[in-house]
Amino acid sequence: MISRRLLLTFVFAAFFGSTAALPVAAEEAAPLAADPVAEKRLLELSNELRCLVCQNQTIADSNAELAVDLRREIRGMIQAGKTNPEIIDFMVVRYGDFVLYRPPVKGITLLLWGGPLALMLVGIFILLRYLRRRAQRIAADQPLSADEAQRAEALLKELDQK
Amino acid sequence: MNRYFWILGAFVALVALLAVGLGLNPRDVPSPLVGKPAPAFTLPVLAAPETTLSPKDMQGKVWLLNVWASWCVSCRQEHPVLVEFSKKGKVPLLGLNYKEVRGDGSFDMSKMPAEEEKTLAFQRANQWLAQHGNPYTTTVMDLDGRVGIDYGVYGVPETYIIDKAGVIRMKHTGPITPDVLSQKIMPLLAELNK
Repeated sequence: MISRRLLLTFVFAAFFGSTAALPVAAEEAAPLAADPVAEKRLLELSNELRCLVCQNQTIADSNAELAVDLRREIRGMIQAGKTNPEIIDFMVVRYGDFVLYRPPVKGITLLLWGGPLALMLVGIFILLRYLRRRAQRIAADQPLSADEAQRAEALLKELDQK
Repeated sequence: MNRYFWILGAFVALVALLAVGLGLNPRDVPSPLVGKPAPAFTLPVLAAPETTLSPKDMQGKVWLLNVWASWCVSCRQEHPVLVEFSKKGKVPLLGLNYKEVRGDGSFDMSKMPAEEEKTLAFQRANQWLAQHGNPYTTTVMDLDGRVGIDYGVYGVPETYIIDKAGVIRMKHTGPITPDVLSQKIMPLLAELNK
């Protein structure tokens, strides 16, 4: 996923022919540029983690001070040979489940995970009930009796003559 | 009739849900550190840079840890409350100065040597306290914010209440208002000090 900010930067650069904003990103990436595997891991990890300062951005997207610090922290841990679950754990211990863009399934998040499914089941239930009742109603609708049919025809004729 | 009743009921329930949801403060993220031992650190003391302090030194006391910085605008807002609080002298109030220089945003850190950052940080912190009053028993300096990460700091000011056993009992994010102090912090301190 390309970060919106990066995209904007490129759009801006394209529009104004300015590359002033680009060296910042390059400087950011420098420490691990020599190690593409580690850099890829950093990107993967920081895409999974929420920046608590600007809450709707990942720490990969955000340029908030804290996000920069946390990326540096993750780099350090990658270089120290920590595994991905260990690094994620490090964040959760400090900032809680809220840092995870993919919250774990547990008691308190059951509604979050199960909610959409539950809503769909309720929807299907209501739809089926409606369809069944509709079918019953149609089945229950008696065709007109001979007497009624005659009256209806008479009325229609009357209307035509007018 | 019955059907409209249900629709109306669902609508009212939705409005109630949204009203509650919108009334919540999205910045108020519950800290997983509450109920856990306060993370260890050893940081230089502002008043005496050659000495250090760690949470261990506070063992046996109920104490407050307040995260602040001179560039932090909301800290200015809560500062008079802290000064007032410190005058009562009930429990020690420790200051954790968080990224005094590099958090400011007006310095180019790639060009500043570590020694210069340190000198500048101590100078700025001292000056700020001289200007606004010093409510802190001790202030320690977290220049790079590394200790802040251990405490899950994401928005200064933040305040932690730590009990005699060194366990974090409460975290308050954002400025302490007189209401927060009298309704949440003071009762908890009284209980912990029993």
